[in-house]
Amino acid sequence: MPRKRFDLRFPPQQATKPVVYNLVKDFNLVPNILRALIQPGQEGRMLLELTGRKEDFEAGVAFLEKEGILVHPAATDIRLDEDACVLCGLCTAVCRPGALTLDADGALLFDKDKCVYCEACVVACPRRAVTLSF
Amino acid sequence: MAKTWDEINARIAAGEAVVVTAEEFAEIAAAEGIPAAAKRVDVVTTGTFGPMCSSGAVLNFGHSDPPIRMGEITLNDVEAYGGMAAVDTYIGVTQPSRFKGIEYGGAHVIEDLLSGKSVRLRATSTGTDCYPRTDIDTWVTLADLNQAYFFNPRNAYQNYAVAVNSGDRSLNTYLGTILPRLGNATYCSAGALSPLLNDPTYRTIGVGSRIFVAGAAGYIAWEGTQHNPNQKRDEHGVPVGPAGTLAVIADLKHASTEFFSAATFTGYGTSAFVGIGVPIPVLDEQIAATLALTDADLTATIYDYGVQRRSRPSLGQVTYAQLRSGQIEIDGKKIPTGPISSLPKARRIAQELKRWIAEERMELTRPLQPLPQPGSQGVKPLEVRTEEAI
Repeated sequence: MPRKRFDLRFPPQQATKPVVYNLVKDFNLVPNILRALIQPGQEGRMLLELTGRKEDFEAGVAFLEKEGILVHPAATDIRLDEDACVLCGLCTAVCRPGALTLDADGALLFDKDKCVYCEACVVACPRRAVTLSF
Repeated sequence: MAKTWDEINARIAAGEAVVVTAEEFAEIAAAEGIPAAAKRVDVVTTGTFGPMCSSGAVLNFGHSDPPIRMGEITLNDVEAYGGMAAVDTYIGVTQPSRFKGIEYGGAHVIEDLLSGKSVRLRATSTGTDCYPRTDIDTWVTLADLNQAYFFNPRNAYQNYAVAVNSGDRSLNTYLGTILPRLGNATYCSAGALSPLLNDPTYRTIGVGSRIFVAGAAGYIAWEGTQHNPNQKRDEHGVPVGPAGTLAVIADLKHASTEFFSAATFTGYGTSAFVGIGVPIPVLDEQIAATLALTDADLTATIYDYGVQRRSRPSLGQVTYAQLRSGQIEIDGKKIPTGPISSLPKARRIAQELKRWIAEERMELTRPLQPLPQPGSQGVKPLEVRTEEAI
């Protein structure tokens, strides 16, 4: 079954709605929450991976949008511009899943399977060498 | 067995000098012992490549016709200082663009000049009898400039802080993004390769020393700003926190983008990675002992940046070997670490400087004047006073 990643932004008044429950129950979608920051009264954000049939995706996204949630396809690829990179290693300090690491010689290793496309490295890189594509 | 500067320089001139990097020297000393290493090796090279905010360049544009006494000056919309002679300026690496903010700053202007790009120069003036022009809008390249040289008031910090954050929100700092609740620790030093950690009491490094600056042969011009030889030291005499600094000068026209890279720290500002390398003569066993220190021997102090005051609380000390392992422990909590100073670039600089001395026979210059020594001065704070209180 196809799998897609979505970047969900919750306006403050919608931040506490249990929408994941609806996605499972009403749309047969299998959710996998990769990253979430939801606090009452504040704008929330969730990186959500969904597995399901194509028509269920469309209906599920339409439901989320009707609930006032901004839905964007999440990044599917991450690229490192090796000419711009100076191998400082600062991206490894903010990579919580441990996808970006340094070996003993200071070379940068990237384990794509561990990446959750949270964009922390994109923002942290002082050379702006990391970019995401959608 | 002691060696003199002249003996070492004679060996360099004859192409006979034994030159190794600080990392290579530590391996030799571990295998053969410090006395044998001190006897066999003549010069040890060091290197560091980290963000150094107190950097910038002096530029002279030459005179237009009719000439202008430049007052307000911008280069690619980044403001440069207009308070010197008519067509002289200083552009600092942290100056943000008027339109692009910190995503493009003085450091990016210098990197563009180094890569041969044309840079838009605009300036205005009130106009005078000797300088009648009141505005200019033109394009310049590095080759067009009469003089272009780095004058970096504070480079190559001798050790630095390890930053953590005990607060409950992420902090954007010059040490990168520091995650809340001790979520990570960032550090910024070349450790065992760092120039001033290898000569901790500035015996051989001083005013007039010929050094590597961003790929060019430059000089130490003076003590760096906030030079603090009075920092607490360990049993090897090596500072355990930020201590000595260097003011350096070098020709931009001989520098390279390989060793100078603009940087933007989100939520903080623009800076520049500057490559600095200093050669150290192995005069005797005393200096050999500090040259032989490794990352396992060198320590840095952890500071809590969650406390936003001048004096941040210390949370203990760690070695650079622990920091480089990717994880440290504070009060039993495992904290991931990340560097900001590039180890591969530091190694590349130490190797390049080694090549300059061993192959191009660049001789070492004995300092004309020593840097302020431990015990001589510290760093004073700035007190906020009212006019009535003075």
